Amino acid sequence: MSRIDVMKTYKLFINGSFPRGESGRVYEVRDSKGKFLANPCQASRKDLREAVVAARAAQTGWVSSTAYLRGQILYRVAEIMESRKVEFVNAIVASEGKSQAVATSEVNEAIDLWVWYAGWSDKISTIAGSTNQVSGPFYNFTTPEAVGVVSIFASDKAPLVSLVSALGGVLASGNTAVLIAPEKSPLTAIALAEVLATSDVPAGVVNILTGKSSELVQWVGSHMDIDAVDVSGLNKKQESEVRIAGADNLKRIHRFTEVRTPQRILAFVENKTVWHPIGI
Amino acid sequence: MNTFEYAPAPESTALVDLKSVYGLFINGKFQPAKEGKTFQTINPATGKPLAKIAFAAASDIDKAVNAATESYKKVWSKMPAAERGKYLYRIARILQERSREFAVLETMDNGKPIRETRDVDVPLAAGHFFYHAGWADKLDFAGLGNAPKPHGVVGQIIPWNFPLLMLAWKVAPALATGNTVVLKPAETTPLTALLFAEVCQQAGLPAGVVNIVTGDGTTGAYLVNHPGVHKIAFTGSTEVGKGIARSIAGSGKALTLELGGKGANIIFDDAAMDEAVEGIISGIFFNQGHVCCAGSRLLVQESVLEEVTSKLKRRMELIRVGNPLDKNTDLGAINSKAQLDKIHELANSGDQDGAVRWSPQCELPSEGFWFKPTIFSEVSQSHRIAQEEIFGPVLSILTFRTPQEAIEKANNTPYGLSAGIWSDKGSKVLWTAQRLKAGVIWANSFNKFDPASPFGGYKESGWGREGGRHGLAAYVKVGK
Repeated sequence: MSRIDVMKTYKLFINGSFPRGESGRVYEVRDSKGKFLANPCQASRKDLREAVVAARAAQTGWVSSTAYLRGQILYRVAEIMESRKVEFVNAIVASEGKSQAVATSEVNEAIDLWVWYAGWSDKISTIAGSTNQVSGPFYNFTTPEAVGVVSIFASDKAPLVSLVSALGGVLASGNTAVLIAPEKSPLTAIALAEVLATSDVPAGVVNILTGKSSELVQWVGSHMDIDAVDVSGLNKKQESEVRIAGADNLKRIHRFTEVRTPQRILAFVENKTVWHPIGI
Repeated sequence: MNTFEYAPAPESTALVDLKSVYGLFINGKFQPAKEGKTFQTINPATGKPLAKIAFAAASDIDKAVNAATESYKKVWSKMPAAERGKYLYRIARILQERSREFAVLETMDNGKPIRETRDVDVPLAAGHFFYHAGWADKLDFAGLGNAPKPHGVVGQIIPWNFPLLMLAWKVAPALATGNTVVLKPAETTPLTALLFAEVCQQAGLPAGVVNIVTGDGTTGAYLVNHPGVHKIAFTGSTEVGKGIARSIAGSGKALTLELGGKGANIIFDDAAMDEAVEGIISGIFFNQGHVCCAGSRLLVQESVLEEVTSKLKRRMELIRVGNPLDKNTDLGAINSKAQLDKIHELANSGDQDGAVRWSPQCELPSEGFWFKPTIFSEVSQSHRIAQEEIFGPVLSILTFRTPQEAIEKANNTPYGLSAGIWSDKGSKVLWTAQRLKAGVIWANSFNKFDPASPFGGYKESGWGREGGRHGLAAYVKVGK
């Protein structure tokens, strides 16, 4: 008799732990052939709030760490992922019905994206900042700073690649993230959470929720402690919903198609200009 | 002590050729509104009417957007960037040539002192055109991304506090990056924008590249929602800004917002006190406090509170309030009855909440709209005057004990536009600057502006920057 597999319980990832959703709701996910895969949590408004609290609390520490350290931590994620490559390839083959070759190239791309974004952490000011030649005795300079807590609706187009490019862009400058996994393919997001939990990313810097985007858009849009939203994974109608609710605290709302672009970093920074007098 | 009386030194209004009626500026020509409606603009220092202004309704906006669209397609987008830049240089030069006329007209329509329009508003407006003129043919090197492209037709709505300067902040980068413009000046201050239209004519700017439509909030709303407009730039209140963001959600239009503020001006105990007091004065009384980035919350380290307050009061006794056309005037008129009412309402709330009001002895003119320079001490963070933007010459004084507490109090607002830091220690200044959630921070200075210096806010103070390399990003599209 063949061995019975140990099936995994997929849970949320909040503040470095893996809690079940507070509402106790789950939804069924099947593979491309219709076979049962898992019952991931259907996150509620309260789960979202918990995730935002964790992200806000972690942001000060994350942004105050040196850019060099943030770069090393993001690079470390690539290292851990490389060592668990087979697991990711198998997960993609099983849940998304892709060939071994396609899945392998997606995982390779995802790992390389961590490396790419890790390298940006200490170069953002160099390309996005400036010293400004004002007419007067002032040293005047502009530096980009992380905007704060960013919520991400990740696209389900090549889910793993989408997740990593969204997170890489948000985290590199010192933001923390509340990521809503793509509704139909949430399992790679939880697998990624397991990587993050075992790398050096501090608790709360990345929080991952699974569930129904259609239900969560209004709560993300109206949450007054979320500073910005990546709406790449939403349709136009849902994006409008986030924009209308998000106007209450003027959330910075952006959509991306390219995965490897500094725009993903620059969209989630604020530029601060300081005037310092020159004199004796 | 001897006191020296100032003799009146009014600037002549002779070089302003005030017309009785002003039309809309569409497709290079002044024209009445289609429905023939007009409204009045008054001099807030006297309450007397200055001129009648055409009121643009929907059909007029259609016409202006069409003119901007045509000129974008046929002329402006086809012109070599270097030539586009030369038009901006011309505009800058003509603004300089006619600077006194602009300064006087601005003071008449807005109520701000001639000293400020002459030395700040108008020269900075010319500076913005000169600065952006040079960018026109260098955009590929600005680090904005590959092959930056204009949006097309840009709708711009500007406030009444710096009418010509805000026009320059909007129009100069829009034109330099190759967009065409439909601009709506504020209802109470349309005159310098209409005089600017004459400058466009003198500069030979192709018809339709700049269109100026006057009216009220309904005019602005129509412009914002016009399907022919690809990008909106708005400066004004946070409430209206949020409304614009909601109304264009899903339209795909780009939007930048320059909104309100409640700037903290932080005085550490090691600051050079006399300089700091001058900075407090310019932070809150510059332009009657009608400044989104005003230093309207003074945060004083507790150990120097008495010294700062007594020096500040002594300095405030010397503020000259009155005829804005007088070259010795420091504080001019409040821009409108509505704004004066709002200032009274908020100041009264300060009394009711238990803060202590103080103003110097000064006589206010009997006509027009005026408010004494005012400070409130014993303000706590929950008071409305510590939270809401007053947009008038009213300062709220709060205290702190440690630098950490100063940061917490300074950041305790939904706004994030400006802040000031006064200290003799460079490392402390930079430590503080790093932790403040504000887009513009002045160390040992306040209310400094320059075309090369990006301006704009964090949080509910807005989206995007104006000025500098960063300001160009608002007017171009890059990538996918």
